[in-house]
Amino acid sequence: MSDWVAACAAGDIDEEDVMRFDHGGRTFAIYRSPDDEYFATDGLCTHEKVHLADGLVMDDIIECPKHNGRFNYKTGDARGAPVCVNLKTYPVKVDAGKVLVRIR
Amino acid sequence: MARGMVIVGAGECGGRAALTLRDLGYAGPVTLVGDEPHLPYERPPLSKDAMVSDAPEIRAIASDEVLAEKSISHIHSVQAMAIDREAHKVRLSDGSVLPYDKLLLATGSTPRKLPMPGLGARCVYLRTFADALAIRAHLHTGSRIAIVGGGFIGLELAAAARKLGAAVTVIEAQPRILMRGVPAEIAEIIHDAHVAEGVDILCGDGIASIADDGSEARVTLAGGREIVADLAIIGIGAVPVTGLAAEAGLAIDNGIAVDAQLRTGDPDIFAAGDCCSFPLAVYGGRRVRLEAWRNAQEQGVLAAKNMLGAGEAHAAVPWFWSDQYGLSLQISGLSDEGRSIVRRDLGDGAFILFHLAEDGRLVAASGIGPGNAVARDIRLAEMLIAKRAKPAPDALGSQTVKLKSLLAA
Repeated sequence: MSDWVAACAAGDIDEEDVMRFDHGGRTFAIYRSPDDEYFATDGLCTHEKVHLADGLVMDDIIECPKHNGRFNYKTGDARGAPVCVNLKTYPVKVDAGKVLVRIR
Repeated sequence: MARGMVIVGAGECGGRAALTLRDLGYAGPVTLVGDEPHLPYERPPLSKDAMVSDAPEIRAIASDEVLAEKSISHIHSVQAMAIDREAHKVRLSDGSVLPYDKLLLATGSTPRKLPMPGLGARCVYLRTFADALAIRAHLHTGSRIAIVGGGFIGLELAAAARKLGAAVTVIEAQPRILMRGVPAEIAEIIHDAHVAEGVDILCGDGIASIADDGSEARVTLAGGREIVADLAIIGIGAVPVTGLAAEAGLAIDNGIAVDAQLRTGDPDIFAAGDCCSFPLAVYGGRRVRLEAWRNAQEQGVLAAKNMLGAGEAHAAVPWFWSDQYGLSLQISGLSDEGRSIVRRDLGDGAFILFHLAEDGRLVAASGIGPGNAVARDIRLAEMLIAKRAKPAPDALGSQTVKLKSLLAA
């Protein structure tokens, strides 16, 4: 059984941008990096449960829209106050123009 | 042997400073002195989420475990009484004396008192968690709440009180709410949201008198109107806590006066957060004092760096937010630096006002909308402000031009 779920079409997200993806009662953030790679993390900031997809992507950093908590969306690492808990990341692949996320 | 670092004030700023000293590898003693009984905690929720919670809790910046692990000594429920600059010592209200190599004053601010007789047990202010609990106990269906002051604290509390079913009257002496720092176009949206939620907002009428018999507060306005409330919450601004610094002979100028590195006139004493005034580089060194969560956090970090000799100058752009009902407002920069405004609509009723100086420089951006609709563009605006950019007004106003593209220009 496959855990890969289609999140969106590859062109749905601009380069260096992020999009919200809800699935199975959970929420995720799907990223497209400046060098055209795709990544996925949990959708909510670990500080105050805010949707990260409303935040700003700069290089490999997603910044929370509320309090500027920063994470590396490729690794999930928290990058400074007020966030101290890392983000969970998920494997992503692009297949036939679809962005697929392995949610487990 | 190192005397160590002493931080007076265990709020957002002091707490961040203590953690940063350790993050930067400082190994000597770090002592955080606070006058509240709690761990260092975040104050913004006190007028927002915590106020509508059934059982408000503290959101600590660091747990006891983290403080212990980092060997940060937290002395709570005491006041710093005096600084002996010559001897490099701080005397506390419990009689103890703390020696220091570097001292950080992060004493914060305290609510501005309503200069009027007649205030009693039913007239309160919000600053601390204890204040929040006392207010929370009065917010319920059927209670009557008067809010004196149409600023952020007052309006956030008005929203919380309505959510809990109280009848709310906001009293603002100025002709409109949010006169300080918020453009009229945005204040109007917030005003309308409150009215739609059933808040009675009275603007342009000052308070003539207050009579508080301990069970209710009777507020009489200059125009003759009388508001009877179970609780009157006064939110008319804050004043910096400077007594300790002043008595130690440090310069005070709308707060403890510091330079761009957050140093007072004494090279071993720093001040940061709500309590200090500092030169804001992005506006040519204009001296300001900011009462804002992010400023407290950033300055706590910067002060810690400079206590360790980094010599780094403050370079941040002021940033502020407020949540009321489903609306969120964010402001970066100081809008009074602007001479003209360009509006950008973002859909769903969200919009941003860009404030431009005479020479076309972007100096501030004020946005409002549902949820976090304005967050990303306000953040980009902040970067443009920091770069001292002069974006074309047409581009700022056009939804089809990405703000990020202006940053690269």
